[in-house]
Amino acid sequence: MNAIAPVGVSAAAFLNRYAGGEGNATRAQAADLLRKAGLPRAGVEAWKYTSLRTLADIAFAGAPVRADAAAVDALLAEAERAYALDAGLSRAVMVNGRFAPGLSRLPDGVSVARFAADADLAPHDDVASALNALLAEDGLTLTVAPGVDAGRMALLSVVVAPDGVALSVHPRHRIVLGAGARLSVLDLSVGRGDYLNNPVLDVAVAEGGHLIHAKLQTEDPVARHLAVVHAEVAGDASYDSFTLTLGAALARHEVHARLTAEGGIVHVNGAQLLDGRQVADLTSVITHAAPACNSRQTVKNVLAGHARGVFQGKILVERVAQKTDGYQMNQALLLSDTAEIDAKPELEIYADDVRCSHGATVGALDAEQLFYLRSRGVAGDEARAILVKAFLHDAVELMGDEALRAVLDRAVETWWNRKDA
Amino acid sequence: MPAIAETRDAVETLGQSTYKWGFETEIEMDMAPKGLTEDTIRLISQRKQEPEWLLEWRLKAFQAWQAMTEPTWAKVSHPPIDFQDAHYYAAPKKKPGPKSLEEVDPELLRTYEKLGIPLHEQAMLAGVELPEGETARPPVAVDAVFDSVSVVTTFRETLAKAGVIFCPISEAVREHPELVRRYLGSVVPVADNFYAALNSAVFTDGSFVYVPKGVRCPMELSTYFRINARNTGQFERTLIVVEDGASVSYLEGCTAPMRDENQLHAAVVELVAMEDSSIKYSTVQNWYPGDEQGRGGIYNFVTKRGACRGDRSKISWTQVETGSAITWKYPSCILQGDGAVGEFYSVAVTNNHQQADTGTKMIHLGRNTRSTIIAKTISAGHSDSTYRGLVRMMPKAAGARNFTQCDSLLIGDQCGAHTVPYIESRNLSAKIEHEATTSKISEDQLFYCRQRGLSEEDAVGLIVNGFCKDVLKELPMEFAVEAQKLLQISLEGSVG
Repeated sequence: MNAIAPVGVSAAAFLNRYAGGEGNATRAQAADLLRKAGLPRAGVEAWKYTSLRTLADIAFAGAPVRADAAAVDALLAEAERAYALDAGLSRAVMVNGRFAPGLSRLPDGVSVARFAADADLAPHDDVASALNALLAEDGLTLTVAPGVDAGRMALLSVVVAPDGVALSVHPRHRIVLGAGARLSVLDLSVGRGDYLNNPVLDVAVAEGGHLIHAKLQTEDPVARHLAVVHAEVAGDASYDSFTLTLGAALARHEVHARLTAEGGIVHVNGAQLLDGRQVADLTSVITHAAPACNSRQTVKNVLAGHARGVFQGKILVERVAQKTDGYQMNQALLLSDTAEIDAKPELEIYADDVRCSHGATVGALDAEQLFYLRSRGVAGDEARAILVKAFLHDAVELMGDEALRAVLDRAVETWWNRKDA
Repeated sequence: MPAIAETRDAVETLGQSTYKWGFETEIEMDMAPKGLTEDTIRLISQRKQEPEWLLEWRLKAFQAWQAMTEPTWAKVSHPPIDFQDAHYYAAPKKKPGPKSLEEVDPELLRTYEKLGIPLHEQAMLAGVELPEGETARPPVAVDAVFDSVSVVTTFRETLAKAGVIFCPISEAVREHPELVRRYLGSVVPVADNFYAALNSAVFTDGSFVYVPKGVRCPMELSTYFRINARNTGQFERTLIVVEDGASVSYLEGCTAPMRDENQLHAAVVELVAMEDSSIKYSTVQNWYPGDEQGRGGIYNFVTKRGACRGDRSKISWTQVETGSAITWKYPSCILQGDGAVGEFYSVAVTNNHQQADTGTKMIHLGRNTRSTIIAKTISAGHSDSTYRGLVRMMPKAAGARNFTQCDSLLIGDQCGAHTVPYIESRNLSAKIEHEATTSKISEDQLFYCRQRGLSEEDAVGLIVNGFCKDVLKELPMEFAVEAQKLLQISLEGSVG
């Protein structure tokens, strides 16, 4: 992202925790960026609708903070039950930003390496990645060898902040798929207490590889979630993602996907279901840097209470990227008079032989559709439920992995039932 | 597409002579010294014999401007502008007001002639009306702005009979101070943005229109802007107020002579529409876009905004933007009254090294307000064109509707077309629909036309005009014809 203006709020609370002196260029660069730009507040173009102002006033403690083991177990058990996770599903578990081998069941076909050297930090120039680079201490690199179909696994993040402590964790993960390799990942985050989860995931899919990334964010209602995915997709490869945002008081999921060779495919789909005073932001930049690639994006916001949903989606088509096919649809459903949606779908196109389009709609539940259902004897609440789920179904059904789609469907169901209760 | 490349080459050899309005008029000028200080503003105010309140208003704007920085969010780039290196006041040497053709500077008349301004038989300038039935179309009143001072205004009497005031704003300040004072800056406040503040501080002239209650303005009002003297920024100020149940259609057309140095133009247009009134504001903008290498050309940084204050009022902006090196322009509607309607129809064409960042803002405040946005963007050569538009539904805008359609057409592989809509809704029952597409001229369409004997260039012209049809049909007749020609001229040298 380019628009970093020196008008943010101070990142001193985080910078103070950065020891410096280790001589790692990426960290030093990140510190420099945060010193100069600060944490963005609304108005900086890349953060037009989401401010990190509130983060500036909190002295977050760094990891390691010992997590209450019973609480961790309870959260994991609760997630397994709520989303009916397959008991045999392989998983890598992070607790308070640290890999927890004891809770993990590592899969065959995926080599799992722990974040070791600072040298592993890929440099990025967005603020959330910089914050991660500054303070990253742990994370996992999941590698699938060429030609291997590694099946399905979960990457679970559990954060439990002790009472009275605000905690921030900054895991740095990497998923690397060799040529023709396949993997489906359920990226689930849960937690309890006051914390900031700031994960950064670097994805590289080699030629003909196929990664499915289903993310389900169900952080504590007072927590903050600031995630970034950087995906590089090679020729005939695909990165197929869906991000379902349910949790956290303040959340942003930012995706930078880059199609680097012919025939690549990127899907950045998602849904945000928000209530109360939640603010959630889905921001993506899909860069077509090679000819004849394909990107698809369907994003839905369902907003109740005083919630505010933000969608910023940019499709950037570089001069070389002739024959690009790009499509983006974002729709918002407002369920209350006090909810707000801010959307900025953006096309930036430098090649002439392309097909790019986007559409956006905002509105309430359709009174005629409600009437249709009511007139056939469906009760009001149920009719609303049917329509909202149908609205979301258009997006969720795009998830390519059936088992993971079922997880997302359940999560939607759970959210709706809890909201109604 | 070898055929297209061939045609393109052929046309490119024609060179920049295609800017047929590139000429300069030599008329003696009365200029303020270069630079901008409080003294400059006092000088402008004094030369224009303005009342004290207006001077204070200007100074307030100047103070605000000094504390502001230039906006950087638009997708345009240019070397920094030295605001001290320009003249902020230039008036053609004063003669007693021209009462007949003979009294008008012949150079000026020749300029009009070259421009082809429908000054409607130059006798009009002398105030001689044609006998009825002799005009083939409804009359057009022209308030010609020659650089900064309105030289001649026609049709004054006809308008006066209907009760319509149409005069240079400097004259309105003298003769209708209560109206000007009440509405000036009420839509675009002095400190609204960097360029609007600059305009408020140093504006020299512009048009003022007032249509009283229940009056349908008997003719279309038209202003032709020209930038003429070297190194004079143009800071036009237009204010149009339409009372309850009244309506007006206003045409603004622009051409400018060829020159080397970049020129800044920062106009402000304010529209006020009261209950059941309507304002139609049409613009054809064809200022010098710079040469093929991107040297020179006008910087057009304009603030245009209309307030639909009354219930069921309507403001409709139509623009055809083919000129200027850089365009930064967002004609907007603030829909305050219940049931108010805002419209924005735009064609923006960029060629060579032009940059355009243009669009609209529709701010829905009242219940059942409606807005429509149709924006067509055509990029050719090495140019960049951006649609940037905001649709905002405020909490009280129950039942409000917006429909937006943005289409971009790319001609050649060295240009860029961008779409940046901002969609914000805080009302459950408001409905917003937005669509955008980007494509090139389809081979099939070209083939179809060529097969029927059209030359490649004519075929492209036909397709481009078709692409823009939804907007062009909103223009008043005389503008629509001119606009179609402009489209073709603007794309010469790039269209295959």
